[in-house]
Order: sequence, then C-alpha cells, then structure tokens
Amino acid sequence: MDLTTTYMGLNLKHPVVPSASPVTKNLDNIRRLEDAGAPAIVMYSLFEEQITKESHRLDHFLSYGTDSYSEAMSYFPDLNTYNVGPDEYLNLIQKARAAVNIPIIGSLNGISSGGWVEYAQKIQEAGAHALELNVYYIPTDPHLSGGYVEQMYLDVLADVKEACTIPVSMKLGPFFSSPANMAHRLAAQGVNALVLFNRFYQPDFDLENLEVVPHLVLSDSNALRLPLRWVAILYGRVPVDFAITSGVHTHEDVLKGLMAGAAVTMMTSELLQHGLKRINEVVADMTRWMEEREYVSVKQMQGSMSQKNVAEPAAFERANYMKVLQSWRFDPTGSLF
Amino acid sequence: MNRELVTLDANEAAAYVAHKTNEVIAIYPITPSSNMGEFADAWSVLGQTNVFGTVPLVQEMQSEGGAAGAVHGALQTGSLTTTFTASQGLLLMIPNMFKISGELTSTVFHIAARSLAGQALSIFGDHSDVMSTRSTGWAMLFGNSAQEVMDLALVAQAATLESRVPFLNVFDGFRTSHEVMKIERLSDEDILAMMNSDHIAAHRGRALNPDRPVIRGTAQNPDVFFQARETVNPYYLATPEIVQKTMDKLAGLVGRQYRLFDYVGAPDAERVIILMGSGCETAEETVNYLIEKGEKVGLLKVRLFRPFSVEHFLQALPATVRKMAVLDRTKEPGAAGEPLYQDVMTAVSEDYSNGQVYSPFKTFPKIIGGRYGLSSKEFTPAMVKGVFDELNQDKPKNHFTVGINDDVTHTSLSYDPDFDIEPDYVVRAMFWGLGADGTVGANKNSIKIIGEETPNYAQGYFVYDSKKSGARTVSHLRFGPKPIHSTYLIRKASFIAVHQFGFMERFDVLENATPGATFLLNSPFGPEEVWDQLPREVQQKIIAFKMKFYVIDGYGVAKSAGMGNRINTVMQTCFFAISGVLPREEAIEKIKETIKKTYGRRGEAVVKKNYAAVDETLANLHQVTVPEAVSSHIELPPVVPAAAPDFVQKVTAEIIAGRGDALPVSAMPVDGTFPVGTTQWEKRNIALEIPVWDTDLCIQCGKCVMVCPHAVIRSKVYDDSYLAAAPETFKSADARFKEITETKYSLQVSGDDCTGCRLCVEVCPVKDKTQAGRKALNMADYPDLREAEKKNWDFFLTLPEFARTDTLKFDSVKNVQLLEPLFEFSGACAGCGETPYLKLLSQLYGDRALIANATGCSSIYGGNLPTTPWAANKEGRGPAWSNSLFEDNAEFGLGMRLTLDKQREYALHLVERLRDVIGSELAADIIKSEQTDEAEIFRQRDRIELLKKRLAGRDDFASKDLISVSGALTRKSVWIVGGDGWAYDIGYGGLDHVLASGRNVNLLVLDTEVYSNTGGQSSKATPRGAVAKFAAGGKATMKKDLGLMAISYGNVYVAQIAMGGNDVHTIKAFLEAEAYDGPSLIIAYSHCIAHGIDISKGLQQQKLAVETAHWPLYRYNPLLKAQGKNPFQLDSRPPKIALKDYAYNETRYSMLLQSDPDGAAHLMSQAQQEITERWKKYEQLAKSQD
Repeated sequence: MDLTTTYMGLNLKHPVVPSASPVTKNLDNIRRLEDAGAPAIVMYSLFEEQITKESHRLDHFLSYGTDSYSEAMSYFPDLNTYNVGPDEYLNLIQKARAAVNIPIIGSLNGISSGGWVEYAQKIQEAGAHALELNVYYIPTDPHLSGGYVEQMYLDVLADVKEACTIPVSMKLGPFFSSPANMAHRLAAQGVNALVLFNRFYQPDFDLENLEVVPHLVLSDSNALRLPLRWVAILYGRVPVDFAITSGVHTHEDVLKGLMAGAAVTMMTSELLQHGLKRINEVVADMTRWMEEREYVSVKQMQGSMSQKNVAEPAAFERANYMKVLQSWRFDPTGSLF
Repeated sequence: MNRELVTLDANEAAAYVAHKTNEVIAIYPITPSSNMGEFADAWSVLGQTNVFGTVPLVQEMQSEGGAAGAVHGALQTGSLTTTFTASQGLLLMIPNMFKISGELTSTVFHIAARSLAGQALSIFGDHSDVMSTRSTGWAMLFGNSAQEVMDLALVAQAATLESRVPFLNVFDGFRTSHEVMKIERLSDEDILAMMNSDHIAAHRGRALNPDRPVIRGTAQNPDVFFQARETVNPYYLATPEIVQKTMDKLAGLVGRQYRLFDYVGAPDAERVIILMGSGCETAEETVNYLIEKGEKVGLLKVRLFRPFSVEHFLQALPATVRKMAVLDRTKEPGAAGEPLYQDVMTAVSEDYSNGQVYSPFKTFPKIIGGRYGLSSKEFTPAMVKGVFDELNQDKPKNHFTVGINDDVTHTSLSYDPDFDIEPDYVVRAMFWGLGADGTVGANKNSIKIIGEETPNYAQGYFVYDSKKSGARTVSHLRFGPKPIHSTYLIRKASFIAVHQFGFMERFDVLENATPGATFLLNSPFGPEEVWDQLPREVQQKIIAFKMKFYVIDGYGVAKSAGMGNRINTVMQTCFFAISGVLPREEAIEKIKETIKKTYGRRGEAVVKKNYAAVDETLANLHQVTVPEAVSSHIELPPVVPAAAPDFVQKVTAEIIAGRGDALPVSAMPVDGTFPVGTTQWEKRNIALEIPVWDTDLCIQCGKCVMVCPHAVIRSKVYDDSYLAAAPETFKSADARFKEITETKYSLQVSGDDCTGCRLCVEVCPVKDKTQAGRKALNMADYPDLREAEKKNWDFFLTLPEFARTDTLKFDSVKNVQLLEPLFEFSGACAGCGETPYLKLLSQLYGDRALIANATGCSSIYGGNLPTTPWAANKEGRGPAWSNSLFEDNAEFGLGMRLTLDKQREYALHLVERLRDVIGSELAADIIKSEQTDEAEIFRQRDRIELLKKRLAGRDDFASKDLISVSGALTRKSVWIVGGDGWAYDIGYGGLDHVLASGRNVNLLVLDTEVYSNTGGQSSKATPRGAVAKFAAGGKATMKKDLGLMAISYGNVYVAQIAMGGNDVHTIKAFLEAEAYDGPSLIIAYSHCIAHGIDISKGLQQQKLAVETAHWPLYRYNPLLKAQGKNPFQLDSRPPKIALKDYAYNETRYSMLLQSDPDGAAHLMSQAQQEITERWKKYEQLAKSQD
C-alpha cells in the first residue's frame, strides 16, 4: 500500500499530519510525535502580537514604580536575559530539525508587514522546511471593506514569498465572500498550499458574572464538512496543494479529505483528546479500509470525489442544501430530530 | 593602562571592589546600603568572578545581626568575607564587631552612613551610625565621592589583610551612595596588584580547622582579661602606616594619591576646617575659591578616622594655622563635644602637653567644633564660608551648628545663603518630574551619555518626596570639563525642565533659575496657549529673567509612540535637543544606543516604541514667544486650607511647600511628638480619574468602602433633613439598612485624595443589566468633576458619623462601611494591598487602639512627614501610633500591653482604696465592667469621667495617681503591626516570644511576601519560584508557614486572611482576634507593587491565591477547644485551579518563566506539590479533634 503523499513539494510517508497546536511547544513532544508516526510536524504558531505584548508587559512591570521613592529604586532584579523575542521558537525549530527526521513546517501569525517578513525569514533561517502563514485576523472595523481585507492577505503572501525560498502555505478562515476567487488569487500570488480552515477561537459568555470568557471547544468530525466542501470545490481548479485542518478525527475523515482533494489532513483535537498514538491507529485503519477496497495508493484517491470528479457536481452547491432541508421532519412536540 | 570610564554611584563602586575581593558575602537590606547587596547578589547570579577567579557566595540573612554573625563565622574559618549595611543595621552588628576586632580578623564592612533613629527615623545620611561604633576597635576610612569610595574600598581591603585590624569603608548615605558620577574603574589587574597572597594565606592560616585545632572565644577572668585586651596595641599602632603605605601603592598604580589626612588649601593658612565625608568636597571647592580671593584658609580631610594617628594628623597641618573649626556630621547629646572635635582637641592638647612633639604651630590654636549636615541636610559653600567667617571672630562660637536656624539654644552660625561659587563652565540642570513618568531613569541615562560619550565630567543626584504614590522627583544634573566636587543641590540652574504641568501651581519651580535660563515645560497646552495658563509669578519670572521657554505635549507624544504615561524618552530628547550638550544628530544617536542598552533585553518592541518616541519628539517641541507683559490672573493657591490648625499652618505647610529647611529649631516638637490626622490637609490631587457613584445601580454593599486603600471613598447614612443644605450635585439614595432609622445613604469620594487606583471599581459586584460593562462605580475624568466634588466632599464631612453604640452589629462588610476610618489619605502606593487592613483596624478599634508599627512600608506611609494618616475622631480619640525599630516591634507592642495590664491592676486597686471618695456604686460598676461590647465601653468611659470629676481637686497622692492611670480602666486594644520582613525574619524571635507570653496583644502581619519598602528583597515569606532581589533565580525554598508555627502553641489565636478572597472572613478574624484575651496573630495577604501586577486587579489575585490554596483561609481559635470543638477551621474550599494560573499573572513569577523556563517549570512544579501537601495537612487539622 502506497500511503505517500506530496505536500508543498515535501514527500510525506502518509497524509495524517499533526497540525499547529501547543503539543509542539517542546522538543520531547516533537520527538514523541515522530515516534507516534507523524509524517511531518506543523509547529505551534509564533504570534508577533504575543511577542510584542510580552515585551511591553515585561517593560511595564519592570519599570512600574521605579525611581519614585528613595528606599526602593526598583522592585525586581533586572535579569540578564528574557526570552521575549522569537528566539525560543526559533531555537525549538533548530533543535527539532536536529532531533527528528521528518519535515518541520513553521507557523507564523504576524501583525505588521515588517513582522511577517522578519519572522518568516528567521523561521526559514532556523531550518524550517516550509512555512504556514496563520492569518488569524478578525476584521472588526465596520469601515474595512472585504476587498481591503483580501488585499491584506495577498500583500502578506507577496511579501513573504519575496523574502523566503521555502514553500509557503496559507491557513485561511472560511469568511470570504468568494472563497474560490480568494484561493485563485492566492495561487496566482504563488502560495504553495492552502490550509482550510482556521477554526477561529470563539469567545463565550459567563452568564453568572456577565463576562466574556475564553472557551476552547475541540472539534469533532462534524467540523470536517466545511473544509471538505471547499477542498472538493477547489481541487483541480486552483493549482495548489490543499490541507484539511478541521474535524479530522478518524480514518474515515482522512479518507474523505483525501477524496475531496487534500494532499494532507491535519489533526489536533483528536490527538489532544486521545493521545498521539491516534496517528498510527488512524493510518492503520485507513490502510485496512483501503486494502479491503483494493486501493493501492493514496494518490489514487486524491480528488476522486472533488466537485469536478463526482457524478453530481451540484451536490456541493445550492441543490444539496435544499435536499438537506427537505430531509428534516417536523416534530409536533417542538423539538427537531 | 587605559581604565574604563564609567558613571556609577558609590554603592556600586564599593560593591564592585567588595565583590572582586571576597569569597563570602552576607547581606541584608537596609537603606541606603541595600543596593550594594543587590549588586553583589546579581553579579554572583550572573556568574561574575572575583579577581581570584571564583564566584563569591552571597547569602541573605534574617537581619544585620545575622549577617554579622555569618560574617564572623566565615572569617573564622578563613574566607575573605564582607557585608554592607547602614544605620540601625550597623548597630545590630556591633556585638560581632567587637568579637571580630578582638580576634584581630581581617575584613571590610562597607557602610553607606545614615542617621540613627532617635526622635524620628531618617533614611538619609550622616555619621551617627559609624560614630556609634568607635569603641569596637575597627579602623574607619572615609571616601568622599564614588571614585574615592572605590579606591579606598581597595585600600581598606589590602590594609585589613596586612594589619589584621578590621575596617569600615564609610561614605555618606545618599549624597555619596546614590550620587551618580563619572569615575575611572579599577581594573582586575589593579585590584590583584593590591592583594598580597601572603597576607591572604596568613588570614586562612589563622582559621579554625580541625586538622590543627585551636580554641578561640574563651571566657577570661579578672586575672588575665585586661592583659589580653592590651595585646592588640601593636596592631593598632602599626595600622596608620600600613594604610598610608597601601595608599601610596595605589597611587603608584592609578595616580590618585591619598593620605591619612589630606590637606588642601593655602600653605600659609591661618584658618582651617577639619571634617570627613562628602562635605569635604564642598569644603575643598569653597577653600579653593576663597584662596583665589586671597584668603588664607585650608581644609583637612580626615580619611583614616580610626585608628586616629595624632602624629599624621598634626603633621598634615600648616604651621601657620591659628584657628580650626572641626565639623562633625553627628550629634552626641550631652557630650563635651562631637567625636572628631574631641579627637582633634585631644590630639593638639596632648601634643602640647608633651612639649609639641609633632605640632608645628606657633601658639596653641583656637579650636571650635560644630555640627552640620545631619540627615543629609544640605552643606553648601555658603555654610563653609560661614564657618570660616566665624573663625575670624575674636570669640568664635564653639559647639555651633551650621545649616539650620537654632533659635532655642542659639548654636547656629549665620551665613550668607546667596554666597555662590559655582563656575560658569559647569552646566546645571534641574528636572521636576513624577516618579511614574520616568524622569529619574531618563536623567540617569543622560548622565551616562554625557559622562561616557563626551569628555565632560557629569554628576547626577536625585531627590524624592516621601510618598509612594504620586511621588515628586527633582533631578539635579551637573556637567562640565573638570571634575565636579559640588556635593550639594543645585541652587542656580541654567536649564529647568518641568515634566508635570500641575507642578506649576504647586511649587516654585523656577526658584533656582538663572537669568537667561532655558525653561522646558511638558504642557497639554501648545505654544500659543500655554502662556495664559501659567501662574502670574511664573510669567513674571520668565519675563524678568529673559528665559528661553519651550513646550512639548510630552504625554501626547508618548501616547502616540505607545509609551503610555512614560514621558522619559520624550523629555530626555528635548533636553538634548535644546541644551546643545551634543550636536543634535549625535545626541539622538546616543539616546538610541542607550535605549537599546537599557531596554534591549526586554524585547525589540520596547526598543522600537522608545525609538518612535525619540523620532516624534523634535517635531512637537516648540519655542514659546514670551510676551513682554504679565497677563495671568492665576495665583498660587495656599499650601493648606485656611481651616487647618495652627501647627499645620506654621510647620506642616512649610514642609509640604518644600521650605522645611527654613523652619527654626523652635518649630519642631522636642521629643518627636506630632499631632495626628494631618494628611487631610495635604490635598495632592494626583488622580486623573476618580470613581463616580451610580445611585440607581448601587446595592450599598460597602465593598468599595472596605477596599479603598486611601479611605477616600466613604459612606454615611443620615436623615434626609440634612439634604436641604447639600450642594447641587451631591448624590444620595434611600438607605437600604433594615435595622436603622436613618433614611438616606451617600457614597462620596474625596477626589483630591484619590489615587485613581480603581480597586473600588474592580470590587464592585454590580453590573448594569442593560450595559454589562457598567458598574455602580465607574471611573471618570477628575478635572471635569473636581470643583463640584470638592464641595460635595466638604458637605459629606458635615454629615454625622454613625453612632458606634447604635443597634448595628459591625460584623459585616455592609455595616462596617458606616464606621469612621481613622486611617486616611496615606502616601502608600496607589492600590496598596496593606492599607485596607489598617483602615479596617482603625474603623473597628481606632478609638481605643495602641499601635506598635515595625519599620517598613507601613511605618513610612504611616509616619513619614510632612503629613501622617492616623487620625482622631470628633471626640479626639484615635489610634495612638508609634514606630520603635524594625527588629523589636513585637516586644515594643508587648511593652504597651504590660503598661496597660499593670496600670489597670493598679487603678483597680486605687478604686477599691478610694471607694468612699468615688462612691461605692460607681466604684463597683467600674470594677465589674467587662467591656465586651461597644456600648459598655462607652459607659465605662462615662464612669471614668465621673470618677475624675469626683477626684478632682483632691490633693492626696492616691487620688492624683488614680486620675493619671484611670485611662487603663477602659478597654484598650494593642495592635502590633508590620510586614513579613519583620514577622518572618528580623523580628521573628521577638514575635515568637510575644506569642508565647500569653498576653492580650494582636499581631497583624501585612504579608507582601517580600521586603517591599526597601525594593523587593526576598524574605522567608517569599514563595518558592517567585523572583525577588537576593533571589534572582527564583526563590528556591518554600515559604515559611508562620501561622502553623504559631498554632503549635495551642493558646494563640491565629487567622490567615485575604480581603480579596473573603472579606467577611477578614472581618470575622479581626473581631475574634481582638476579642480573644490572649495573643492573636493575623496574617493578611497583601498584594503589592513588588508582585508586578496590574494593581487594580489586586483583589482578583488575592482570590486566586485563595482558590489555588497558595493562601488558604483559616482561623485557629483556642476558645473553641474549651467548647469541645476543633479550634482549627479551614475557611476556604479545596484548590480548584493550578498554582500557575494565579502565579503567572504576576511578573515576580512570569519573569523567571521568560528568563529560565526550565528552572521556572521545576520550581513551579515543586511549589504546586508543596501546596497540595500543605492543603492535605490543613484538611487533616480541620478534621481532627485537638
């Protein structure tokens, strides 16, 4: 069985890749991921904003109250080094390169044009095989047009592509007026892969205290549907690799993703919930499934159920929606089932 | 050899040599010497070695006494060992100092000399401390500037090894210890060249060693002790020559020649001043000036004060000397003269009685002695000239003072205060700023730039007021082509910068301006508008002196650059741009280099925002066209309101206004006793925003009133008839208290006293149902509210205080809010976590409390002039407060209780004896009164008044004595208050003893888990994993469980509380502790600026500390035992969140995560484990029946 796949020019032994998550924050876990069968590793994201905020915070509290009172010119020893820059992240990439034999994909979230380029270059210099741009951007300004936001994505990509030689993917949210057009323009700008989709963190309300609270909800297989559709739609039409990164929990999810056209499927929630061993288990299940149905390779099935390759292309469009709606039955007790 | 030129202060200079030449360093913080220990610790943490190639071992101790003991032990076992201290700290070392010198042991202690506490504590500099050690047998070397301190530290180190006599390396606290100067740093080669390996080997050879045992420290009897004591004489006799030889050797290396007594001045001088310390610098400057004017004057600088070499002293003086004035920077009440005067007098007299062996004089000179400069009092050229002028008198005044106006015993010399000798080539600049705006830090950087990047010599000295919030700073910067010896504040400045516009109405900021001076003002008003906003006097001065006037909206630029309220970089750039010290471009480049050096480690983003501030500054700096005529009608307001009492008007106001130096001796209380409640007269108006009350939303819970650290937010209930006289904007609501008859409730803020800390807003539990972000208190801009709120506050004060004897029980937050606070408007940090507990104490027991307060934050914000926060109620009752020392506070408070107990016993005896005079019914009532509630205490007070009336006019001893001790018949509440440095470390022995005494005292530990007052040094209360000074790698041991140790006595009431964790629990603990007729210990979590938190979130952090079980709440009440119950009540729930979720909100923990992630993780994991284990232990205690 040939499980190999090619993602951004990287030859991977199978398509079940752990996606960017806190799991990759230390070297031991990275080694454990390799041992668990990961074909590549997407590092956790380096957030430029976090670096900046940490710097400002440290500066604020080390300065606060200083040189104000004759008995206490300061309140803390000024230590020799603080890892407030990207060094910790870059060092980890370097160490990971030395420690494992699988490709390391850096992940970056910038806030300034200079920051994107500077940190992208540093990640490349640290030895990353590829770079994922995690454009985690929430456009809250009502005066900001969709076109402007789209151009920001394109500009970031252009800047980074110009500065770096390693392959660059872009992780997108689903909130574009015309995702297909956006994918097309990114491809034209040289993106090597699109990672669909970013599950933006959704804040929750604490009703007791009337506060907005962070609330992390891990995905389940239902979340697969959204990227599945869009990869299926884009596959073969936009000449880049695709990664599916939401709702990948089982071998069935992986198979679906591949059939939609993904070069790789990326997994986090499953690993956080059930352990790193799930990579090998999913791969084994997938292999068994493929053997039972006499598939010989992953490549064989990639895109096989993309919109352009299915019998009913309309299933990905409006008709499908109407069909789903009509399938609901009304429950006179008031609940839907 | 090219030696590095550096700008540093003497603390760093001394610590540098100490760290380079020692192996073991024992440290303990005390101002102004703490920095030396901090430097030594930091260098060792960084792995910096001494000149022998090994990293000195630095050990923090629990007190200076402990440090001296550890030093003694390390010396006795052969280490090169040192320590640093000052003031009372040095006094605690005296017992060991006798031992160390008696055993002829080589060591140097570095002393930033400071006043001793007598009528008051002072952190500032004089020689009282070192002079108190004269009999210990230690040599004393005085350095007068940072350069001299570094050089003489090395001389002392080399000389002690050769002579075997231990040395104090002395320099003046603050004036020298904190004055930043450009100096030449000794190289490792210099230091090594001065170290004699044979002497070091001999030192080690004398060490205790079981391989060749000796016994040292025997007890001797009358037969031999005396002789043994005399054995050391040859060593002392040899020491002066050894020191001189060492000084000569250093001169050979570095070119700076010192002598035991350095004479400067005319070779044919007739009048000579003799002194030691930083005043010598000013005296030398003045002598040189006077010589140029043709006067025959000179100065003898005493460097080696002990052993005092009569020979060297006399031979250092010109034969022409006819008159000498000996100046001492200390006072010995009752002595025939101060120490140096006595030594000089003895030396001259002795030599004359010996037939003039050494003295070259033609006749016995006239010698007078005087005092100067106590507690860093200014010592200026004018005063030096005043002394020389006095020597010109036929009968010069002896035992004089100079620098003050002694209108009581008329000791003071008069002098011309306008006498000025500062040369024009010295540029003098003054900067008025706030602590929070970064002015001092920027000026320290400017000094570095000027000192290290230009050929100029530079000097910086910084003056702070005594407040911890809204503190004013004045920076004094001098620079010029020649070394600077002016060890006094700038009196005439060619550049004055005012970084706070509000100062224009509060201080005479241009007082020191010279004609043609440049004036830079940070102003929200632009160059066109600013003129009309200046007070009339300021306009007059600018015009009359033809000053060049510049403005910048520093806060606007800082905000735009992302600097918040730190205008340091902006104003620094302005200074360089206007002053022309360096070409503009070069200056900006240097500023940026310094920014990179200073902030680079904190991250690129910090550097960038500072760069942005520099770049945006020049475009926003404007010269103001000064009109020809004065146009302002703005007058400087009075310092204190007209309603202030006479003492406040005449004395306190002068101190507030910065004119305290001019107050005469007669203005000051003779014994350090001051009226209470004076903070109410010092309206500082430092809040930019204040809380505003929403009457509709408020549920009158009282949480805001309870938590306000400055007692500026208060509530009252009253009848609505009072509202008839209320100002228009005064707010009220219907009172929501079931048990009372008053119908109205008001919550009022004193905006002029508020610090804008937001704790009240954060604690407010109410949220608007239509707008969740809105509370019953919301911050609003104060300037818009000020006029109205001042009137409202004044009206609020006229409303009656709630009667303590009414029906309400004061056991809830809601009810306690109605009790009048007798601790108000302190100068504590904005958002202080300690003061809410003290305010609560004052509300519950203030009218009958005696408070013993350990030295530390609470003694400073509680007792530092000009104004103090402990207040009295309308009946004149309030907390009687005193601070004795740092180390003795528990004992001090116990002494108060002993008096009360004894006097009560005696008074009861007298009541019995005088029953017939008093009336037997009254006597019986007095005797049987238990006073367990407020009403009964009030009744007892009435009885005592009646008793006094009945005894009035009687002339018998017993009656008079009963009147004088009758106060003890009403119940008093003794509170022993202090921080963790006192309770866990320096005062622990006493605290333990007082707990064991069984006496009825209440100990309140305001636990910030660090030495807050001296700047964040680790104590035994510091938790594992927290970074503190002296624990830069994170505290590696666990926090001491003080509560559990006290519980082990079984008869001590113990409570661990956190107001933010459970405020009702806090009140309960206070009530139970006070009610318990025995020792009580309350350990109160106090969030602190030294935790590195957003202080407005202090209560949330307290809550988290409780929820993680870092700070479990509990009470141990021995009374429950008698009821057959478990005395230990665990009052908080089992931990539900991890320690890190609390800890990493605080910089003290998170900075370690950033600097040493693995180390931090290790310590955090250990700390978590300990907390879990401790919780289990507490649960067991709570379950077990004692």
